[in-house]
Amino acid sequence: MATNQHMTAEPIIELRQVHKSFGKEHVLRGLDLAVPKDSISVIIGRSGGGKSVLLKHVIGLMRPDQGEVIIDGHDIARMSERKMAPIRRKFGMLFQESALFDSMNVEDNVAFPLLEHTSKSRREILDIVTDKLAAVGLKDKGHKLPSELSGGMRKRVGLARALALDPKIVLFDEPTSGLDPVMAAAINELIVRTQSEFKATCVVISHDIPAAMSTGHKLFMLFDGRIIAQGTPDQIRDWDDEVVQQFIHGRAQGPIKVV
Amino acid sequence: MTQLLSSLGTVALNISRETGRVMLLLLEALGWLFRPPWRWRLFFKQMEFIGVNSVFVVALTSLFTGMVLALQTYYAFRMFSAETLVGATVALSMTRELGPVITALMVTGRAGSAIAAEIGTMRVTEQVDALSVMAINPVQYLVLPRIAAGVIMLPLLTALSDFIGVLGGYLVGVKMLGIHGGIFMNKIYEFVELSDIYNGLIKAACFGLILTLVGCYKGFYTRGGAEGVGRATTQAVVLSSVLILTFDYVLTALMM
Ligand SMILES: Nc1ncnc2c1ncn2[C@@H]1O[C@H](COP(=O)(O)OP(=O)(O)O)[C@@H](O)[C@H]1O
Ligand SMILES: [Mg+2]
Repeated sequence: MATNQHMTAEPIIELRQVHKSFGKEHVLRGLDLAVPKDSISVIIGRSGGGKSVLLKHVIGLMRPDQGEVIIDGHDIARMSERKMAPIRRKFGMLFQESALFDSMNVEDNVAFPLLEHTSKSRREILDIVTDKLAAVGLKDKGHKLPSELSGGMRKRVGLARALALDPKIVLFDEPTSGLDPVMAAAINELIVRTQSEFKATCVVISHDIPAAMSTGHKLFMLFDGRIIAQGTPDQIRDWDDEVVQQFIHGRAQGPIKVV
Repeated sequence: MTQLLSSLGTVALNISRETGRVMLLLLEALGWLFRPPWRWRLFFKQMEFIGVNSVFVVALTSLFTGMVLALQTYYAFRMFSAETLVGATVALSMTRELGPVITALMVTGRAGSAIAAEIGTMRVTEQVDALSVMAINPVQYLVLPRIAAGVIMLPLLTALSDFIGVLGGYLVGVKMLGIHGGIFMNKIYEFVELSDIYNGLIKAACFGLILTLVGCYKGFYTRGGAEGVGRATTQAVVLSSVLILTFDYVLTALMM
C-alpha cells in the first residue's frame, strides 16, 4: 500500500480505539488514526461529524472515554495537565473560530506565545510577528483589535499565532472556510510551505476536496465516529465505497442521509 | 413523598458537587501562588479593575448609607435624648457591618459579574482552550490574579467605605441636625475599638475571595454560547450575594 515516502514514515500522532460521548451522543466510536511524520494529513468528513473533537483529543483539550492517544511516543490520554505542558509546546493550533484573545490587538496575539515561551527581546519578537503577519497578508493590521476584523482575517491572525513558535506539529481546523478563493489558495500554499520549510507535521481539517487532494499527502475520511477511508489522494479518489464517493463528489443523493 | 426526597437528594448532590468544584478551583489557584511565573502585570490590572474602578460607586453608596443611618438613628435616639450617640452608632454599624457588606455587594455587581462574563466569553469562544494549547495554565493566568486582587482590594475599599460612611453621618448629624461636632467625634472614639475596624476588614477580605472566586468559577464552567454567558453572569451575582450575606452572619458569630 505504501506508494510514497510519506506513507511509510512512522506515525507521530496515533489514536487507538478512541471513544468519546457527550451525554447520549456517541461522537467518536472506536476511532483509529495514525498520522505520518513530516507530512500533510487532511481529515475530511461531515459537519458535526466530530472532526474538531478529534483534533481536540490530539492536543489533550479533550480526554477520551476509552482508548489511547499517543503523541511522539507519549500516551497523553490520562496524562496530567502539568506533564502535558512540554508536549503541548511542540504544537501549534488554529481553532475553527480562531479563538483570538479579544482583549489584545493582532500584534499582541501573535506575540503572545513568543513572549511566554522564548527569552527573545521585544525587538526580535516584533520582527517575527511582522514576518508572520506578512505571510498571511496582514502586515498593516497589527494594531487592530480582533473585533475590528472580518472572520477570514481573524482566521489568518489565528494562523500567524499558531505558527509563531515554528511548531513541529500544526493542527488546522478548517483554515480556509470563510475565505475568498484567492486567499484560500494562499493559505493552502502557506500550509505546504510551513510543512516543507520547518519539516513540520500538519493535520488539516478541510471541506475543500480539490484543495485537500492537491495539498494533502494523506487523506482520512471520518464518518460515523470512525476513519472509514485513508490513503493518498489518488487512492481516495478511487476508493470503492459509496459513502466516500458521495462525499468527495458532493452529491445530495446516496448512502449519507441529510436529515 | 419519595419523589420529594429524591429531588431533595438531587439538589443536595448538586450543591455538594458544585462546592467541590469551587474548592478544587481555589486549591489549584492557591497552588500557583507559590510557583512562578508570577503575573504581576495581570495582577495590577485586576487590582485596578476590581479596586480603583470601584472607588466611585463604593464612595457614593457609603456616603448615602452613612447619611441615612444618621437620620434614622437621630429620630430614634431623640426619644430618649441620646442624640450624641448618633456618631458612634453610625461608625459602629459602618465598620462592623455595612462597610464590608455594601462594598462587597457593590463590587459583586460591578466586577464579579464582569469577571464571570469575561471568562465565560473566553470559555465559549475557545480562548481558554487556546491558552491551554499554548501551554499556559488558564487557572494561573486568569483565576489567580483576580482572586488575589479581590482579597487585597476589598479591605482597602471597605476602609474607604467606613470613612465615607462616617463622613456622611457627620454631615447629616452635625451640619444638618445640629449635634455638637466635638461630642459627635468623642463618642466615636469612646465606643469604636480598633478590633471593630479590623474585624470588618477581615470580613471584607473573605468577601473579596468569595466574589472573585464565584465569578471565576461561573465563568470557567460556562457552556452554551452567548446565552450561557448571560446565565453564568446572573448566577455569579446571585450566588456571590447569597454567600456574602451568609458568611457575614457566620463570620460575625465567629468573631463575637
Ligand atoms: N464540548 C462539547 N460538549 C458537548 N457536545 C459537543 C462538544 N463538542 C462537540 N460536541 C458535539 O460533538 C459533535 C461533533 O462536533 P464537532 O467535532 O465540532 O464537529 P465537526 O466535525 O463539524 O468539527 C457535535 O454534535 C457537537 O454537538
Ligand atoms: Mg469543527
